[in-house]
Order: sequence, then C-alpha cells, then structure tokens
Amino acid sequence: MSPVIDVYDLNFSFGSGALTQPVLKNVTISIRKGEIVLMTGPSGSGKTTFLTIIGGLRQAYHGSVRVLDQQLINSSEQVKVSVRQQIGYIFQQHNLLKSLTALQNVSMALEMQNRMTEQQRLDRAAEMLNAVGLGERLNYKPDQLSAGQRQRVSIARALVGQPKIVLADEPTASLDKQSGHEAVTILERLAKESQTTILLVTHDYRILDMADRVVELEDGVIKEK
Amino acid sequence: MNLVAWVYFPARLAWRQLIFDRTKLIAATCGVLFACVLVFMQQGFRDALYASAASAPVKLHGDLFLMHKQSEAMWRPIRFKRSELMRALGNPAVTEVYPLYLGLAPFKNIETRGKRTLMVYGFDPDSLIFDIEEIKNKRTALRLKDTVLFDEYSRPEFGPMRQLLEAGRRVTEVNDYKITVVGLFRLGVSFAADGNIVTSDLNFMRIFPDRSLNDIDLGVIKLYPDTSIKQVQAELSSQLNEFVNIFTYEELLQNEKNYWANMAPIGFIFGFGTVMGLVVGLVIVYQILFTDITNHRNEFATLKAMGYEHGYFIRVVFASAFFLAILGFIPGYLFSLGLYHLAESQIFMPMPMTFAKAMTVFLFILSMCMTAGFLAIHKLKAANPADMF
Ligand SMILES: Nc1ncnc2c1ncn2[C@@H]1O[C@H](COP(=O)(O)OP(=O)(O)O)[C@@H](O)[C@H]1O
Ligand SMILES: [Mg+2]
Repeated sequence: MSPVIDVYDLNFSFGSGALTQPVLKNVTISIRKGEIVLMTGPSGSGKTTFLTIIGGLRQAYHGSVRVLDQQLINSSEQVKVSVRQQIGYIFQQHNLLKSLTALQNVSMALEMQNRMTEQQRLDRAAEMLNAVGLGERLNYKPDQLSAGQRQRVSIARALVGQPKIVLADEPTASLDKQSGHEAVTILERLAKESQTTILLVTHDYRILDMADRVVELEDGVIKEK
Repeated sequence: MNLVAWVYFPARLAWRQLIFDRTKLIAATCGVLFACVLVFMQQGFRDALYASAASAPVKLHGDLFLMHKQSEAMWRPIRFKRSELMRALGNPAVTEVYPLYLGLAPFKNIETRGKRTLMVYGFDPDSLIFDIEEIKNKRTALRLKDTVLFDEYSRPEFGPMRQLLEAGRRVTEVNDYKITVVGLFRLGVSFAADGNIVTSDLNFMRIFPDRSLNDIDLGVIKLYPDTSIKQVQAELSSQLNEFVNIFTYEELLQNEKNYWANMAPIGFIFGFGTVMGLVVGLVIVYQILFTDITNHRNEFATLKAMGYEHGYFIRVVFASAFFLAILGFIPGYLFSLGLYHLAESQIFMPMPMTFAKAMTVFLFILSMCMTAGFLAIHKLKAANPADMF
C-alpha cells in the first residue's frame, strides 16, 4: 500500500535573492495510513512551514510532496483545495468562528459535502461534539467555553468530515497540562477508531508515548528518533 | 454544488457574523439609513420641483401653445406680438386663440402688510383657457375692474386668505396697485413662484402699467374637434414667424420639466445631492465591510485551510452588503415617508411616496452597497492561510 504522505527531497526557502532563507532542506519522509507521527524540534526549525506545505496551504517548488496521491509541488489551486478538503487541520490557537455556536462551527466542516442534508450535518456534528465530551455545550459560542473546551471543539471540527489525515500544529501549547492531555487523548482515541493518519507537532514530551513514530526537525533537516 | 447552497451558505454565514456584533450592526444600518434618507429627500424634492413646475400648464386648456423661441420657461417668458397669435386664425382648423399674460409681482399680505412675490396670470375672462372650476365660475366677477382670484395653495406667508375673505377683508395691493380679492382657486406653488393670482387681461394691464395688450407671453390655440393636432402644428410652423415655438400640450409640459431638470442649476443641485448621499453611504459601507473582513481575516483563513474556495468569501462579502442594504433601506424608507408627510404639510410641496420612487431609491442603495462590497473584496487577499498559522 502506498503511503498517504510521501515527501522526497523537499526544499523550501523564504524570500529571494540575497535574502533567501532556507527553511527545509532535503526533507524526506513517508507516513503510512493510520500511523501517528509526532514531530518535535526547536522553535523556528520549520515545523509549521512543513505542515502548511503538506496541508496544501503553502506552495513549494522543489522536490516531491505526494499527499493522498496528489502532487503538491507546483500544484494548481484546484489540487490544493481538494487536498485541504480531505485533511483535518488543528491549529495552535483554536481558530473557531466566534459568531457561531460549537455545533455550527463543527458543521461548517461539512458544508462542502453537498450529498448531506442540513439535518444530517447537524446530527453528525452533534455526534462528534458528544465524542469529545461536549454534548452539553452544543449551542455555546467560543467566548462561553474554556480554552480546553474550545480546542476540543476544533478537534471535533477537524475530525467530523472523516478526513484521511489530521495535521495538528502544537494543539496543546495554549492549554494547561490537564486539558492538553485530555484533548490529545481524545484525538488519539478517535483517530485510532477511524484509522486516521496523524502528523502532530509538539513540544510536549508527556504525549510522546501515543506516537507510532517520533521524528525531529532541526535546522530544516529531519531525523528519525 | 447546487445553486441554493452556493448562495445560501455564504449568506447564512454573513448573516450570523452581522448579527453577532449588535453595536456594529446598528452603526452600519444607520450609515445606510442616512444615505437612504438623503437620497429619498433629494429625489422627493426634485420630483416635487418637476411636478410643481408643470402645475400651471397642467391646468391650461388648449390644443396648441405659442411661446417665444427664447422663452426658457413659463415663469420667465420672452414676449411676442399678439398679431403673431392672431395669424394662427388664418388656419382653417383653428377656432379660437387667446393670449395669456404672465408677470411676477409683490403681493401685500392683508394682515401683516409684508410683501412677497407671486405669479400674476392675466387672461380674457370670456375664454375658457383655465381648466379650473373656481376660475370658470368666477369669470363674471373677474370682468369687474381691479378684481383678482387668489390661489388657496399659495404659501401661508401671503396670509390666511380664506379666513380673511370670510371676515370681509379682501382689499390689498399687488405691484403697489390696489385690488380686491373676489374668490379663491387651487393651483399650487412651484419653485418659480410662492403663490398665484389670476385676473383679467385688462386688470393685468392696470397692475403692470408698463405692459401692453399687444405684447403677450403665451398664446393658447383651440382647434375644431377631430382635427389632427400634429398636422395643424406642422402647418402653423410653416405659416407663423420662426421665432415662435408651437407646442402641443405634452410638449409644453415637457418643456417646463426640461427647463428645471437641465437649464436651471436647481436640477443639477438635486442630482448632485443624490450622488453625494450615495458617496457618503458608499464610504460608510465600504469602511464597515473592510474592517469586517480585517476582523474576520483569521476565520476566513481557517475556512480556506478547511478547503473553502475564494469565491465563497466573495459571496460572504456581497451577502453582507446585501443585508446592509435591506436593513438600512427599511427604516430609511419609513423615516423618509414621515419626512415626506412633514414636507407636504409644512412647505406645501407635493411629495408622494410612489412605488417607482421607492424602487428607484432601493436600487440606488443596493448598487451603492454592492459597489462597496466590490471595493472591499480586494482585502480578502490578506486572508492567506499560509501566513496565518
Ligand atoms: N511567512 C514567512 N515569511 C518569512 N519567513 C518566515 C515566514 N514564516 C516563517 N518564517 C521563518 O521560517 C522559519 C521556520 O518557521 P516555522 O516553520 O514557523 O518554525 P516552527 O514552526 O518550527 O517554529 C523561521 O525562521 C521563521 O522566521
Ligand atoms: Mg510553529
């Protein structure tokens, strides 16, 4: 079976000319379906940059980045949009829409699927919020939730569309120990159930044991641990 | 994707974001409301102007009308020889011709003795050129020396004429000449004159001693029934001197309206006022949409990262603009309705709120908001998910 993420000899730099700042150097990594990979590394080593390239948010030009069998190097907007739709993204900040309730926020991830009726979307979103332990908070706006609860809403939002891949960028960084651990445990449990591939950036060494594999990015170079 | 979802989902998001921040929503609505009222008032005054400009000719009864070519409008006519009008009688289709004399003169308020200018119409009381019942009924009284009829719809500054007449106070001065008001009629004010009186041609000459019966301002021509007005008009234009215009009734109306719309600076002023109202509204709505996009930049970038396409956000912005147009227009319409009534009762201008006017203003406001949306969408480019996280 071919890997869901297959990166070969990826090079990426910011800026141009004399100001060129290489961020990723000859990065090569393959991640199989259902694998949970944790990525660590010092701040500024290029982890976020790497995730945004994998997630189809940033355009890279050198090397090969195959995600879900689509080549993202020099790709069209269409290809990137289609990759984004198949990926669940969890950001460091929760990034929920503050004018929408938890339920509405989660079902936003399903609006692009036109085979579903509105009721099916809401049911599915409510189910997902139940699964992250927020069944009682469906109609709360982000302002009315704690940081940990907000991050759980964004986990629900990332998973509700049953993505093949979840990319998470330091999802516990803005949470306290307890709620950070809760959030990651929920993520791990749900991902295992649905055979979802996870690539998670973290500094939190307490969660390393959930990983199938830990890699370290240092100065733009990737190392298996 | 089906069309309903294509419009509905972004519109729903726009709506939810709009109602989330009530204070901002109210401010935005007020901006549109303000523009809306401004445009309604400009349009209302302009239409009132055109309507009243044409109010005098509306009540004239005739088939063709002679006017000097240089007469821009009835309120400032260039005189021509009565003999020119008489020559029209040479056409076998013409039954009668009547001159009309026009002049602006100060009228002394019977109560306050204050003077104010109004329009004086002089006509042959034996003719039936005014299509106004009260004037027809008072023709015998007008044949007497120094008698006039007063327009009840004149501005109140001329005095409460009905009460004064009932109290027997009917003598005053026009152009410093003593006259007696023998009755009332209803015509209406215009931008050219705050009031009107009608008198006989002979009395007119007494009020204006330097005028002569031979120099007329307007000629009214009546034709035999069932003759083609257009054909006689064509014949007369070859028979009469080239310095006169021969108008049909509709052309006379149009000529008056065109004068106020194009010749008089006043038409321009109202057009300018409308544009200014829209520009102010445009700036306000643009400002609101622009800050809205800036504030939601993060959220839009998040949605983009989830796979929403750029077009979706453009539709969100246009939907917001659309909602602002509707939300501002409804109270703006009601407010303007009140102001129209106020204007009608206080300054005696006809200001009807017609469906066509409401539609026109709504389309103005809608285009204003859409233009603001169009200008604001460039800001969406700032919502680049790669630079957000
Ligand atoms: N948009 C950008 N423009 C220019 N340089 C950037 C940009 N984003 C990140 N960088 C630089 O790229 C390097 C890697 O950043 P990043 O991927 O955010 O690291 P990490 O997530 O590992 O902390 C840093 O030196 C940072 O300054
Ligand atoms: Mg980072």
